[in-house]
Amino acid sequence: MNKNQEIIKKINNFALNSRKNILDMALAAGASSSHFGGALSMVEVVSTLFASQMKIDNNNPNYEDRDRFILSKGHACLVYYAALCEIGHLKKSELETFEKNDSNLLGHPVLNKDLGIDFSTGSLGMGLSLGIGVAIACKKKGKNYKVYVVIGDGECNEGSVWEAAMAASNFNLDNLHVIIDNNGFQQTGSNKEIMNSDSLVEKWKSFGWETTELDGHNVSELFNYFEVSKKIKKPKALIAKTIKGKGFSFSENNNDWHHSILTKSLYEKALNEINQK
Amino acid sequence: MEINEKNIKIWSTIGPRATLGMVALELAKKIDNLMVLTSDVSTSAGLDRFRKTYPEKYLDVGIAEQNMIGVAAGLASENFNVITTTFAPFQTMRCCEQIKVNLGYMKHKVCMVGIASGLVLGTLGYTHCCIEDIGVLRSIPGLTIISPADSLETIKALEAAVKSKNPSYIRLTGSSNNPIVYKDDYDFQIGKSITLKEGNDITIFCSGTMVHECLVAAKILDSKKIFSKVVNMHTIKPIDKKAVEEACKSKLIVSVEEHNIIGGLGSAISEYKSSLEKTPKQLFLGIKDSYSEGGNYKFLLEKHRLNSEKIVDDILNSIN
Repeated sequence: MNKNQEIIKKINNFALNSRKNILDMALAAGASSSHFGGALSMVEVVSTLFASQMKIDNNNPNYEDRDRFILSKGHACLVYYAALCEIGHLKKSELETFEKNDSNLLGHPVLNKDLGIDFSTGSLGMGLSLGIGVAIACKKKGKNYKVYVVIGDGECNEGSVWEAAMAASNFNLDNLHVIIDNNGFQQTGSNKEIMNSDSLVEKWKSFGWETTELDGHNVSELFNYFEVSKKIKKPKALIAKTIKGKGFSFSENNNDWHHSILTKSLYEKALNEINQK
Repeated sequence: MEINEKNIKIWSTIGPRATLGMVALELAKKIDNLMVLTSDVSTSAGLDRFRKTYPEKYLDVGIAEQNMIGVAAGLASENFNVITTTFAPFQTMRCCEQIKVNLGYMKHKVCMVGIASGLVLGTLGYTHCCIEDIGVLRSIPGLTIISPADSLETIKALEAAVKSKNPSYIRLTGSSNNPIVYKDDYDFQIGKSITLKEGNDITIFCSGTMVHECLVAAKILDSKKIFSKVVNMHTIKPIDKKAVEEACKSKLIVSVEEHNIIGGLGSAISEYKSSLEKTPKQLFLGIKDSYSEGGNYKFLLEKHRLNSEKIVDDILNSIN
């Protein structure tokens, strides 16, 4: 097995464990529901970042030279918590506290430097601006870390996303990556039904970003993309074509799973599906 | 930037906005990690010299206030000491939720400066006046809100806010040829009001440009044998509770503000006062929850009964 194959295997393993952790948290949430679909659509992207791209100190969430990650679509926190668990910032047992009273792990990320959560997110349209501030700070401090911001395609309805998109290229932030989870759905319907966000590639290109579109579940494509794009001297936008609810037959492309309850029987079914792959 | 009679006169002449630009220049000399962010208002905020002198500490985000607050918070999260500034309505309400999440909820220490708040831009209409900023921001936990009385206090407030660990909003009222309240250096502390004149009958709480008007009003009242204490409540949040308790010894409490009477200084005082027993009546002077026709500053202050003569009339009417 060559080096790249090993990395791909590592990412796939990370993704598999993330899906299992997501199932555990969704089950623990019980009747309070969880944002299941939009977390599953980002599993491969987040796994590729955390398992192969980002500079991380597993023993120190505050490592100054770490790459920064901002989940602007904060409702997809299940995939974030799963990744933080995989890199050792979160204990597996803490995942069971998801959405419980006094938990560190609410239904949207809450700033907690000890757990590696740099920002409270979830109010859509805010994360990219934060990423710009962090990316500028990095350059001013003479550091080399990178900033990865994940936003939703529905989130692109927010005008503030475009304020930030315009600024990033003006400020030549070549240390800034945005990944747009283009799963084609938003809370109450498809993008086409609610607010058509076609031509995302053209939109981001026209705002001055190096823009690429690819299959957001193809780990080797994602790995290659990040390897190549980080050398490009422009802010980078990845339009990740994804499937909302990816990984389970009952949730794929089914927008009922935007925010829903995972019953014990569906949990068993999902685990079974994972184990058969 | 020595505090002396000559400089105080200069700062008063140039007004709070140009003074802001001067303070920023001084702060940049002392604070390595200072960043000043604007949304295409460098000239209006007196920052042209700053922009040229410290381009590495200056960032213009364009006409995009929501982005400005997010970028400011991102910089603050990486330990930069950030000041943001634009016209008060856009500095506060356009980006209100960004302020809530980034400065309130996440406690990122950013000092926001709202220029030309109150009625000073009345000829431009109420899109540019700002009579709501304190009310809107006061409901966000953790924000300090300061309304300086004159140009010297603008300097003092900015220095204190930049040193403080808390996010803050500094509300600048008035224009060039701003009346001087403080002729000498004095001790300024966030949250600690300053009694500028003693008097046993009435306590007048005021902030911003209303401090000068109230001092003039108090003199007129003195001549009518009504003796008022004038308190510069420069910090509206956290409110100085001791000063409110002390004021309850007087027969009447008056709050005077270049702001809607809902949500501002008067509200902050009465919220605390209502928790105390046997307290005097409070007279709320300010803009009476309405948008009036536009006009120049003097015209609007008169219209909203916020010049010294009208303040005296309303106090006398309240007593008699």
